[in-house]
This record gives sequence, structure tokens and C-alpha cells, in this order.
Amino acid sequence: MKLVTAVVQQAKVDEVRDALTALGIRGMTIADVQGYGRQQGHTEIYRGAEYKVDVVDKTRVEVLVNDADADDVLQAVVSAARSGRVGDGKVWVTPVESVVRVRTGETGEQAV
Amino acid sequence: MNSGDTAWVLVCAALVMLMTPGLALFYGGMVRSRGVLNMLMMSLGSLGLVGVLWVIYGYSGAFGSDLGGVGLLGSPAEFFGMSRFVGQESLSGSIPTFAFAAFQAMFAILTVALISGAIADRARFGPWMLFAGLWATLVYFPVAHWVFAFDETNAAGEVTAVGGWIANRLAAIDFAGGTAVHINAGAAALALVLVLGPRTGWPRETGKPHNLPLVVLGAGLLWFGWFGFNAGSALTAGTTAAIVFVNTLVGAGAAMLAWMLVERIRHGKPTTLGAVSGIIAGLVAITPACSAVTPMGAIAVGIIAGAVCALAVELKYRLRYDDSLDVIGVHLVGGLVGTLLVGLFASESAPAGVAGLFYGGGFDQLWRQAVGAVAVLAYSLVLSLGIAWVVRSTIGFRLDPADEDTGIDETEHAESGYHFGDARNTVRGSRSTEHGSIEALEGSVR
Repeated sequence: MKLVTAVVQQAKVDEVRDALTALGIRGMTIADVQGYGRQQGHTEIYRGAEYKVDVVDKTRVEVLVNDADADDVLQAVVSAARSGRVGDGKVWVTPVESVVRVRTGETGEQAV
Repeated sequence: MNSGDTAWVLVCAALVMLMTPGLALFYGGMVRSRGVLNMLMMSLGSLGLVGVLWVIYGYSGAFGSDLGGVGLLGSPAEFFGMSRFVGQESLSGSIPTFAFAAFQAMFAILTVALISGAIADRARFGPWMLFAGLWATLVYFPVAHWVFAFDETNAAGEVTAVGGWIANRLAAIDFAGGTAVHINAGAAALALVLVLGPRTGWPRETGKPHNLPLVVLGAGLLWFGWFGFNAGSALTAGTTAAIVFVNTLVGAGAAMLAWMLVERIRHGKPTTLGAVSGIIAGLVAITPACSAVTPMGAIAVGIIAGAVCALAVELKYRLRYDDSLDVIGVHLVGGLVGTLLVGLFASESAPAGVAGLFYGGGFDQLWRQAVGAVAVLAYSLVLSLGIAWVVRSTIGFRLDPADEDTGIDETEHAESGYHFGDARNTVRGSRSTEHGSIEALEGSVR
């Protein structure tokens, strides 16, 4: 089993979700996150005082998948999230040792 | 007694009361999120404390018989507790004394609350309350006497009761409190900033406004209440109140436009905080002038105040003083601008009936305005420095630097303002009251 984690532009979340749904992915975890990478932050002004805001808002999407699906999911996220501009984010895949579905107690690929 | 005037002044008193919670929200939104409750509490503290002091001896100190006939202070004991007005029809002009006293009480409360914006995130609550009570007693009540207590005369024109020196001997025009409220509070803010020093980490690490919609809500309540503040100061429901109302509308509007224009030129964008700051700066400046100028004059006062205050709030970074929410830049500077501009823009056709420099009146009114403004500024600054110093050297004024880092809401009030997306809210800790744990109490109910 793999965990596919994507940090993407907030505006791309719906496209990512649609692309994964089309692949038959039935669930994911989504969180608002902040961080910074190569993308420049922005400047805010309060009564003449300028504040440089380096940390930008992104959305993190996490999907548990079976080994066979990992590449397809990865590619789907990348093509759905890409705008071609700096700040499109990153996607990575990590191995997962074990998974349990809480309600039924199913384990392994059954539980994904 | 005139029932129309009485109804108007009582309604205006309630409008002005709402300004203090409005100010609390205006200030509260401007601090970082872990200090929002303390900011609200400093205004609420004034609402409770100064209202009580006002009834006990504040009204008497401001509007009691002048001690010595020199116009400096009313007798604090004369109307102690206001009991002497109960059970009789005691009038102040055409309205009951209680209506006038209620209206003026709200001014005292608001003026003390205004000061709190200068010392965000670093003053312990107890010492703030001590300062508030001492400041109201030693600074606001006397200055209100100077500015708002007019001589009483009989039908023959003889003075039967002496009022304050600025209102009567000097004859400076301060219709609703440019000196007594705004210069007064602004000078006290300067004193507190000097005595307390800046927030730890200022200006780099003290954060930006955490909730601008809250600031806009507060500004809206302030502007709404300000119609009561200014138009209610006519103390009659008539022509004066009506022109003052219009001047209060356009003075604030013009100042908002001016502030946004200054921002657009200097920083590239008109901001929300700039727009509401302009509104407040315009309201401050039109407060002393609203009975003395025409609506076109009010627009001029507003434009000048908005532009000057927009530039003034940036000075603190150069002068290195942490006037956290710009009480000096908006209230002291705006109060000075409005008070002095009466000397330039006063029109004889306005209710005050005085001509300023631009309306053929020469320099006569201008120097009176300047003397009144400087006198209140100097008195408030010196007394406030003294009071703050006494508080600091007896019970201490400042929060411990470690508590500043933790956040003043948690350390001074044992609360936090927000719990959105906060795991500490989802994960239940152990809860208890002085009667034992909540879980045990639930068990006993079952």
C-alpha cells in the first residue's frame, strides 16, 4: 500500500478530486496548510506598515492506495494540479506498512 | 422641561454608550488573536468603573459649583451620589439633570477606553483599572469641567454659577470634545507609551491585525454612536443638532476618502484599515468643529484630518514609540487638527456664530483654540505621566515578558478568543469547578 501526498494550489483541489474520482478513488483527506517553497510570498500593508508574508496557503491532499494504483493516482494528481506557474506544489508517494478499517477491522489492501 | 429635547438626549446617551463596545471591537480586531479579549476587557472595564465613579462624584466634579470661581474644578462633594436630584424636577437647560448627566457619563467612559489602544498586549489588567479610575478622577473630570461646564446666567444676564475656564473665560469652541475627549485621551496614550515601553519584539514580531471585519464592525458602531455624541451635544432636538448631524456625516466621509488617497499614492493600494481609520480621524476632527462650520467647511476639515492622520500614524516607527493602535496618531493629532481648524473654518452663519480666519474673523478664534488645545494636552500629559509612574512603582504595570509571549488573554483572563480548528477544543481536558470535577458533578446528577 502507498500513501500519495500532494500539496497543491488551493484553486486546484476540485480538479484533483475530480481526476481521482474518475480513477475510482473513493476517499481522501484534505487539509489547509501553509508553507513556502520557490514561490514568492506577498506584501500586506496596515496603516503604512508593510508586512512581508513569505508563507503561502496551500492544500494538502492525502490518498491511501493499493500498490498497483499508485502510479496512476500520482500522474492524475500531477496533471490535474498543473498550471505551469511557480507554486503548483509537489506530490510524493510513501510506502505504508499496514492499514486497518476501523468499522470492520479489515486489514491490508482490503481496508484501502 | 421639553419632552422632545429630553427624548433626544436620552436616545443620544444610549447611542454614545454603544460607542465603547464599538471601540472595543475596533481595537480588538487590530491586535493579534491571543490578545483580543484583553483589548475588549480594557474598554469594558472603563464602561463599568467610570460609569460608577461618574455617578458617585464625577458628575459633581465636572458640573458641580466651581471651587473658588476660577473654572478649574467643580465641587466633587456637592452632588455626591446624585441623591440631591432624586424626587424633584431638577433641570439642566430644557432637560432633566439626570438626562444630561447620563449623556455626559458616556463621554467620560469612552474617553478612558480610548487610551487603552496605545498599550495593547502588555498592560496587566488590574493596574489598567487602577490607572483608569485615577485618570478619570484626576484628569477627565476636571478637564470636562474646563470644557463642558458653561456659566449659568439669570434673566438679567448676571452669572449665577461659574463654569469652566476654557468654555467661558477663554471661549475656545469645543462643541463635543476635541480637547476634553480626543486630545485628552491622546496625550494620556502618549504618557502610557512612554512609561510602559514597547511590546516585546516590536515592531518586527508583534503581528498584524487579526480580524479586519471586526475592526469594520467596530468602526460602524462608532460612527453610528458618534451621531449621538455630536448631534446630542446640542442638548436640544432642533436646527443645531441637525446641521451637526450632517457635518458629522461629511466630515467622516471626506476624511475616509483623503486617507485612502494618501495610501494609494504612498503605498499603491487603498486599504480597508485605512478607510476605517480615515472615518475615525474625520469623526475626531469634526467633533470640536461640528457646530462652528458649514457642511462645506466640514468637508475641508475632514480632508485635512484624513490626510494629516494618515501621515501621522507612520511617524511612530521613526520616533520609536509603540503606540500600538495609533491613539496618538488618530486621536491626539486628529483632535489638534479639528480644534485648530475651528479657528480657520468657523463660519458666522453656523450655530456657534463665530468667524474664523478664512471667514473674515482674523486670528482671534485661532489663538483661543490653540491655547485650549495646548492647555489640555499639557495637563493630561503631565498628570498621566505621574499617574502611570505611580502605578508602575507601586503595584507594577507591565505584563511579565514570558506572559507576553504566551498571550495576555490566557495569562490575565484565563480565556482564549477563538477555538476554530483547534485540537485543544476537540480533545477534552479535565474540567473542574471549585465544587469538584465536572465529571463527578455529572455523576451526582445521574
